[in-house]
Amino acid sequence: MAKPQKNQVAMREQAPEKRTKNFNEVPYGYSTEEAMQEAARCIQCKDAPCIKGCPVEIDIPGFIKAIKEEDFKKAIRIMKEKNVLPAICGRVCPQEDQCQKVCKLAKIGEPSAIGRLERFIADWEAEQGEIEIPPKPPSTGKKVAVVGAGPAGLTVAGDLVKLGHEVVIFEALHKPGGVLVYGIPEFRLPKSIVAREVAYIEKLGAKLITSFVVGKTKTVDELLKEFDAVFIGTGAGLPKFMKIPGENALGIYSANEYLTRSNLMKAYLFPQYDTPIARGRSVAVIGAGNVSMDSARTALRLGAEKSMIIYRRSNEEMPARIEEIERAKEEGVEFHLLTLPLRYFTDEKGWVNEMECLKMKLGEPDSSGRKRPLPIEGSNFRMPVDVVVVAIGQSPNPLVPNTTPGLDMGKWGNIIIDPLTAETSKKMVFAGGDIATGEATVIQAMGTGRIAARSIADRIRPG
Amino acid sequence: MKNYGKPANRIVYAKALSNDVKLFEIASPYIAQKALPGQFVVIRHREEGERIPLTIADLDRTKGTITIIFQEVGKTTKDLGTLKEGALLLDVLGPLGVPTEIERFGTVVCIGGGVGAAVIYPIAKALKSAGNRTIAIIGARTKELIILEDKFREITDELYLTTDDGSYGRKGFVSDELKRLIEQGCKIDRSWAIGPAVMMKAVANLTRPYGIRTIVSLNPIMIDGTGMCGGCRVQIGTETKFACVDGPEFDGHAVDFDLLMKRLSTYTREEKCALQSYEHERRLEPADKIKTSNSAL
Repeated sequence: MAKPQKNQVAMREQAPEKRTKNFNEVPYGYSTEEAMQEAARCIQCKDAPCIKGCPVEIDIPGFIKAIKEEDFKKAIRIMKEKNVLPAICGRVCPQEDQCQKVCKLAKIGEPSAIGRLERFIADWEAEQGEIEIPPKPPSTGKKVAVVGAGPAGLTVAGDLVKLGHEVVIFEALHKPGGVLVYGIPEFRLPKSIVAREVAYIEKLGAKLITSFVVGKTKTVDELLKEFDAVFIGTGAGLPKFMKIPGENALGIYSANEYLTRSNLMKAYLFPQYDTPIARGRSVAVIGAGNVSMDSARTALRLGAEKSMIIYRRSNEEMPARIEEIERAKEEGVEFHLLTLPLRYFTDEKGWVNEMECLKMKLGEPDSSGRKRPLPIEGSNFRMPVDVVVVAIGQSPNPLVPNTTPGLDMGKWGNIIIDPLTAETSKKMVFAGGDIATGEATVIQAMGTGRIAARSIADRIRPG
Repeated sequence: MKNYGKPANRIVYAKALSNDVKLFEIASPYIAQKALPGQFVVIRHREEGERIPLTIADLDRTKGTITIIFQEVGKTTKDLGTLKEGALLLDVLGPLGVPTEIERFGTVVCIGGGVGAAVIYPIAKALKSAGNRTIAIIGARTKELIILEDKFREITDELYLTTDDGSYGRKGFVSDELKRLIEQGCKIDRSWAIGPAVMMKAVANLTRPYGIRTIVSLNPIMIDGTGMCGGCRVQIGTETKFACVDGPEFDGHAVDFDLLMKRLSTYTREEKCALQSYEHERRLEPADKIKTSNSAL
């Protein structure tokens, strides 16, 4: 056998100076030839560590082999046995920390480009026009309510309808997808792709009801009277603020609001769409996670002359994926590291116009194992800003916990679950995704959804 | 299992209360079952539309309907106002927010300014049912904008009307009328003031020295209405609260009204631009075409 190519087949993408002028997706995806060439790099090792590295245990060598052999139908079938949202996961999963991290090819060069191949095969299927729907299993007569149409809820719904259970998904927003539609920008995950994958789950037989807020329109206890089990996947929807002076000034957004306006409400198309957004010239994004990168890159596309990441620690501690940081840098986002915002100043109308910051230095490691940022006394300085996006994280959304007696809650407002079964302290109520684990990734949410689906199926089995 | 279809949100009754104040009764069975005084809904009426919060002005649990009353001020509310009976609203989400605390307090005064009268009506009604001596003060810029007078008369022990221009009731502001009541020795156990921020601020400033607890209902800019975006944050004393999930009602004496008014002006420029182009388009379209395009929703 010929030695595999050391490097991954590169994926073509929009040039930085061009892409910051539009909201179109940045990478173009593999062509058939490129995909087959990349698939041929996989050495099909027997123990397949990549499968264990995947939170939903996709048969990765299996689907890659099918791509190599140009049997794309087989490849997508293998994929969808374990993952009902491949076009999404292929785009937003941190493969470098999961399947690709343990790939044996990494020892001789770059790991197999599993994410790109996953994306290729999902897009290939969509291009065929006809999506294959597996035969409908006989109905079990059991009913499950899924609260929240984000990654966790969609996975639970997909897994359970495939077993013949009746599933109704309740979504508070007017569109399904959760963070996939309100949070992740169009240029990273086109909304038509989310709609397509949700439509697949509906075609499998799940029923979706939007603009229905569980906890208000109906409580979990009321749902339990009509359904055999309830799954709660309401996400980490409560934005955190720094609680520093001036933070309620005009032009200061939570990342949730900034991204929701732009993504879900399509404010970037104002006035064709009615929802407006402040288009700053000098935009400061506080924090350095994936959501921060999304915000800073959105600001550029909204016409900012200057888009800055403000982060109190250093380069090494930034929680965003390296790929996202690279993309942001390519596009011209400025990184102001070891910088802590202290307060905001406003003009007479209340609009933010200046930010006071403090320079930091790194000290000894703190409880998180990261070096503790320490203020450098007297290093205060001011910088002009006209839009600020606070992207320092979210807490679990308290709406369902607050209206559901009998749910044991954790210190951070998360619903406590048994990690092996996703069961909560309340009978026949299960939870997964960020509401249970705290802020995590899309695929991790799907992983807990998978666990929940399995144990719900066990518990509602007739007899 | 119940047939969980997407709720139809049909407008079953539409009425103009004045030139630019409209009333819609909407079939919304789940919300009608659950809603309590003081709660609101978030409405999106067309695909490109905004999500706007509107307080539930009335409901009928048997018929499964809720009533909203809104003033046409910008593009969204003006376009909403063109909808006729039978039209469907894309999304009606609710009931949202914390309901009004209804108890037997003794003597209560409910003050409604402009379209705020619609918001305070269900509260006044519930307070009366709870056994309170219920006084209402309803004010507007001019006679034509006084709404729900007959309905208030049915559920209150005393009703006072004011207009800024003196065209109806007493000339002046609702706060002037309240001041008169207080000075006449009326012992007030609790008051509610709902209307434009500047009016709520005036009432709160008036009652503060008398120690009359005053509840206000805040109407900041919102998107999701479920605590997710934080756009509706308001300053209450030293704390920042989200009006959608912590409110919309707050202690009027602790609210930073100046900040609220500033935040409400965030998109003044965009709102003006959207309204201008909307009105321009409407002038170009014949009136009957507008009607059909909307009722065909």
